[in-house]
Amino acid sequence: MKISITVTLKEDVLDPQGKVVKQTLINMGYQNIENVRQGKHFEIEINEKDKKRAEIISQEICKKLLANTIIENYTINFKE
Amino acid sequence: MKSAVIVFPGSNCDRDVAVALEKFQIKNKMVWHDEVNLPKCDLVVLPGGFSYGDYLRTGCIASKSKIIESIVEHGKKGGLILGICNGFQILIETGLLPGVLLRNKKLKFLSRNVFLKVVNTNNKFCSNYKKKDIIKLPIAHNEGNYFASTDLIKKLENENLVAFKYCDKDGKIENDSNPNGSSNNIAGILNEKKNILGMMPHPERLIEPILSGDDGSILFTSLLKS
Amino acid sequence: MKITTEIINKHGINSEEYKKIVSLIGRDPNLLELGIFSAMWNEHCSYKSSKKYLRTLPTKNSKVIQGPGENAGIVDIEDNDALVFKIESHNHPSFIEPYQGAATGVGGILRDVFTMGARPIATLNSIHFGAPSHPKTKNLLSGVVSGIGGYGNCMGIPTIGGEVKFDSSYNENILVNAMAVGLTKKNKIFFSKAEGINKSVIYVGSKTGRDGIHGASMASAEFGDDAEQKKPTVQVGDPFAEKLLLEACLELMNDNSIISIQDMGAAGLTSSSIEMASKGNLGIEIDLNKIPCREKNMTPYEMMLSESQERMLLIINSGKENVAKKIFNKWGLDFSIIGKTTNTKNLVLYFDKNKVADLPLSSLSKNAPMYDRKFKKSINLKKKLPHDKFQNRDLHESLKKILMSPNNCEKNWVWEQYDQTVMGDTIQKPGGNSGVIRIHGKNKGVALTVDSSAHYCLANPVVGAKQVVCETWRNLIAVGSNPLAITNCLNFGNPEKEKIMGQFVETIDGISQACTYLDFPVVSGNVSFYNETKNKAISPTPTIGGVGLIKNLDNMMTKDFKEIGNNIIIIGKTLGHLYQSEFFKEVLNFNDGPPPEINLFNEKNNGLSVLKLITEKLLKSVHDISSGGILVTLSEMCTKNMIGAKIKIPKNYMKIHEYLFGEDQSRYIIEIEEKNIKKVNKVLKDNNIFFENIGKTQKNYLEVENKLKIGLNELNESRKFWFENYFNEEI
Repeated sequence: MKISITVTLKEDVLDPQGKVVKQTLINMGYQNIENVRQGKHFEIEINEKDKKRAEIISQEICKKLLANTIIENYTINFKE
Repeated sequence: MKSAVIVFPGSNCDRDVAVALEKFQIKNKMVWHDEVNLPKCDLVVLPGGFSYGDYLRTGCIASKSKIIESIVEHGKKGGLILGICNGFQILIETGLLPGVLLRNKKLKFLSRNVFLKVVNTNNKFCSNYKKKDIIKLPIAHNEGNYFASTDLIKKLENENLVAFKYCDKDGKIENDSNPNGSSNNIAGILNEKKNILGMMPHPERLIEPILSGDDGSILFTSLLKS
Repeated sequence: MKITTEIINKHGINSEEYKKIVSLIGRDPNLLELGIFSAMWNEHCSYKSSKKYLRTLPTKNSKVIQGPGENAGIVDIEDNDALVFKIESHNHPSFIEPYQGAATGVGGILRDVFTMGARPIATLNSIHFGAPSHPKTKNLLSGVVSGIGGYGNCMGIPTIGGEVKFDSSYNENILVNAMAVGLTKKNKIFFSKAEGINKSVIYVGSKTGRDGIHGASMASAEFGDDAEQKKPTVQVGDPFAEKLLLEACLELMNDNSIISIQDMGAAGLTSSSIEMASKGNLGIEIDLNKIPCREKNMTPYEMMLSESQERMLLIINSGKENVAKKIFNKWGLDFSIIGKTTNTKNLVLYFDKNKVADLPLSSLSKNAPMYDRKFKKSINLKKKLPHDKFQNRDLHESLKKILMSPNNCEKNWVWEQYDQTVMGDTIQKPGGNSGVIRIHGKNKGVALTVDSSAHYCLANPVVGAKQVVCETWRNLIAVGSNPLAITNCLNFGNPEKEKIMGQFVETIDGISQACTYLDFPVVSGNVSFYNETKNKAISPTPTIGGVGLIKNLDNMMTKDFKEIGNNIIIIGKTLGHLYQSEFFKEVLNFNDGPPPEINLFNEKNNGLSVLKLITEKLLKSVHDISSGGILVTLSEMCTKNMIGAKIKIPKNYMKIHEYLFGEDQSRYIIEIEEKNIKKVNKVLKDNNIFFENIGKTQKNYLEVENKLKIGLNELNESRKFWFENYFNEEI
């Protein structure tokens, strides 16, 4: 099963990278960029046919490793 | 000889390299990244540091600065360009040098003195190293792992475009003496015309004996001679 | 909103304190005002439990330009140069989010230094973790070291000293103490005292978000079972923004625009605005609509209590606002005139054209509570261990066991993650007795060190605290510097418990005694209380940051043996004190008994004589004898140049382990060329120094005649072992 996971900073957390990328884009001429938040994207292949079990495993790996749950959120998407 | 040190927001080693240039009687001007034109100079230096905090990709945002176009022109006309550490990363992002600088293999920032073999002394930066080609310089970086396609590496080696390689105190080039995992222990490279040098180690930090060595001086005396 | 008892409690204010608030302002506070009191009256900002005792510390001498009370302390280092320095804790946030907690700790202390006009030239740090086997330790260690490096390296400031300690008392309460040192001219020092009425109050730096709201309250509370829920209050640092802020501030400081400047640290805009105005005996008025905000719909409460990083408050000379604005715009930073100074002596806040707070400044600072907490005298550790329990311990194995332990091994894994040589003036890196930084463009330098001895302090707080100050002093002497002053970070458990308060009072006593005798005053520092979880407190941990002056770097000394065939002398008497030693702790697992006593007369006399020998260029290397005693100290002198030693235990000394591992204080090991031996003997005799010539340097081995012979490679491998093994990687 193929799963894609996106990890992003929680809403109120400062994103120094996003801030600088936004300013650079504006300086490059893209005046209507209003906000940029930078995150991480993982593509995971898992040897598991049962979707419910795959979901449980995905949740676990996000909490234990992929996301720093103190300051990050994660979303899990199953690819067909 | 005249030089221009480019200062980006977040550059840290600009003062250090200016001190080194002036010590070796190279007349230097500091140039803010937002300027469009370079002052008249023979050598442009892109110093080390954390331009733009290394955000997005190291050297990436600095490579979009207003001053870059003039620097590219300067290089095309055969002017000398030296990129140290973050400066090397910026040269790569602008395309003036090929390849990519990835995260150190151990995924940690590493600051220590290393031994280097000066592989190519037939260029204006390294000519004085002919007399001493196993040297000691400090590295201090998180993304110094030079990587390129097999073909590109072959080309760099065959055309003698590798300037420095990490080695041990006897000049042996092998895994144990490679601090960051870079391909073929590459620590610095030249462009085809050999007027642009990018290097990860910091020559400007070892310019007097009290600083644990002065192998860095040799680079500056080579430049002055050129 | 009605202020209920629950809301008052959540703000960390007890009923007595609430009554005092009401009596000071003549009414009940509103929620915003309660929040402001909560921030200003908590332990971290008000020092209410410690003030009474901090005032007894010696804080002056002829070299002190600024003592405690400002953003940092300042000492005179001759020819118009001034050294600005301070150490501060960031313990609770680092436990919760180690990378960001440690990073923002570094950011905060750097701001304290450059807000006074000094370009930072070095940082040091003292970090303490739980037992290595504790499940949280590895991640905390990795995260903290990464965070310190991540922030300091990005700022381009070298980290040149520090210590890393492990002890189970820190299992649930790690310590991250960060020290920063900066350089300025004596006539270019900037203070935080506001002056002049109707002057513009200006906010510069990053925008304000919801970071760390009530962070100061978090530092003033123990971790309970709800530690997890405190997570969202951790701030995220942006070292790039701080680098810009540093350059912008220093650029503005080149001329005479700034009247006063204060960084926004704990309790953000609240503490900075109140402190600036209070010091100047003025009032301050702020229009909260002018605060640059990062998030939408921020409330006055959030704006005043936010601990978003990388922000400063300035009061500028009339007419210079545009000059300042241009500079901050050049560096891409927010610049906003948010208010003005007044003569009302009140803090007045407006939002959406309404007055939302109006408080007399005196109630928030001068009249903040000061407690005379009850305390109990410490029960000092006294248990003895009979000699027969260790007299047959193998020396070779014992030495190796100590060197392979986390507290005594080589710490390269840690400090090679910090850039030690940026700025081109690092003369001695970590690993020696003190780091040394050259004053840019001159041939003089400053020696910097940070030390602690929590196990000594737990065994006897007075003696332990005295010892830490002396060890700092010794570390500065050993590199050839004149010790000038200290900054202290006092880390303790809950001061509302009599036992803990007793430890604190006794620690202050010990520090005072040593500082007074050695003419080594305290010029800055902070106190971190409530380092305890579920009733288990950390050992009392005073961390001392010391600063010394090396007038001529030609006289600087290092600890590594230089040549084979040189004499080795021990300065100071070895009585063989093994309690609280590394030998007892690591080899015998015995943690009881008293720490070694300090004789301040010998401490001073020995140190000044060593300094004299260094200045007269009679010595080749110097190392002070501390953890592990003579054998470990010798091991540390052998490693860099791979030059060993052969020594003999003096004839009158029967007890081998006591001699080789004893941790008696005020001692040094010195290396002298044969040609200088007579002169050295004379200086020592003339100054009544007890000394013993115990042997000579030699090739390949560290040897104790007839008792021990260990190869230098084996010594080196032992010292490297622990970190390589813990992280399963080759360094």
